[in-house]
Amino acid sequence: MSESSAAAYQPLGRSAMAARVARDIPEGWYVNLGIGIPTLVSNHVPLSREVVFHSENGVIGVGPAPPPEAVNPWLINASSQHVTLRPGGSYIQHADSFAVVRGGHLDLCVLGAYQVAENGDLANWARSEDDTGPQIGGAMDLAVGARRVWAVMEHTTREGKPRLVHRCSYPLTAKAAVSRVYTNLAVLDVTPEGFVAREMIAGLSLAGLQARTGAPVRFEKQA
Amino acid sequence: MIDKFVRSMAEAMAGIADGSTVLIAGFADVGQPNALIEGLVEQGARDLTIVMNSGGRGGTGLPKLLEAGRVRKLICSFVRSASVAGELVTAGKVELEVVPQGTLAERIRAAGAGVPAFYTPTGAGTKIARGKEVREIGGRECILEYALPGDVALVEAWRADRWGNLEFRAAGRSYNPIMAAAGRLTIVQTQHVAELGEIEPEAVVTPGIFVHRVLHVPYGDPVMPAPAKS
Repeated sequence: MSESSAAAYQPLGRSAMAARVARDIPEGWYVNLGIGIPTLVSNHVPLSREVVFHSENGVIGVGPAPPPEAVNPWLINASSQHVTLRPGGSYIQHADSFAVVRGGHLDLCVLGAYQVAENGDLANWARSEDDTGPQIGGAMDLAVGARRVWAVMEHTTREGKPRLVHRCSYPLTAKAAVSRVYTNLAVLDVTPEGFVAREMIAGLSLAGLQARTGAPVRFEKQA
Repeated sequence: MIDKFVRSMAEAMAGIADGSTVLIAGFADVGQPNALIEGLVEQGARDLTIVMNSGGRGGTGLPKLLEAGRVRKLICSFVRSASVAGELVTAGKVELEVVPQGTLAERIRAAGAGVPAFYTPTGAGTKIARGKEVREIGGRECILEYALPGDVALVEAWRADRWGNLEFRAAGRSYNPIMAAAGRLTIVQTQHVAELGEIEPEAVVTPGIFVHRVLHVPYGDPVMPAPAKS
């Protein structure tokens, strides 16, 4: 990224991206958060707005991280972080936990991604065909099973290459799964006509966004 | 009198044959039967196929079996490149089958429930689908996945009685109930022992019908490695 463009606008940081996602989650939704930036989303949903977070390891009603002196060593989330259980929360076995996922019971899953294609294809588990650390975890189930799948990700690679693309070059997690993408530069919907930007960070032009995106983007404010 | 308690690790591990498929429960270190894994290393069975959530990090659990050279194949939902499992897979010393976590759980559940196979949209159109039967059901592309029974299941419980009724603690439940049901020989390590009838019937998550041997191991709380940067 050139110095002049960097000076013109300030890409969102990880926490700000998570906060932006959190703004769009209404009370009453059942939500699963993937590893990485998605995990930070719950920090930005106030407890007064009752959103129920599900974790793949069989926890429904995940609450905030406990202070060190109040850690329950038996209570972790799918990222192996110590968490709390909100009043009303429950524990279920693993096949039931994935019945929640695969049975279409989640209103939303927020996942990280390496690439999202303009047709909604998602790639988030391997960087190449022969990746020696395949990280499928629950992503394939979540991408297929949740009613909505939102991706939250950096808009480009560290080298500045687009990660929103015409077709994914990385191994797929699921076909036509993602309906919305939150990046450090913009919020975009995945529509039958491709990427539609709904908002962009201050100082970034549509031409600037297009230059960093590997598929056509048009801008249309949310109705 | 039914008494599924065994008095020693040797008794718990007796008869596990070379070439067995072993289901190992737990998620990260929570609900993972670490004492039984160590017992299996000691027991010496080789050429094992291990089924568990992940390839683990280091220290407790699976890495000990891997380092002892007892594992031929690992079936799990993810492997970290920088782990004992990742290194052995890269070196071609351990065969790896990566399975989406929900498919893994359902294959184990199906085995315990006598369902030989099922169709699922999870993994359709991805690398996971290669070589699998594909069928369109209800307008969705699905792939056929087979049940995954264990010759042996290793399980950790919070409390057990002599009939093998089990209670779990918080997120320590995870894979334990489905693996208990899917094991032809289900071996449990329990933190606490209850008198028969002491566990409220409503609180029994895994009934003793799924359990064959129970060893009392007051192992203590799970220890998390330093959390991954998120």
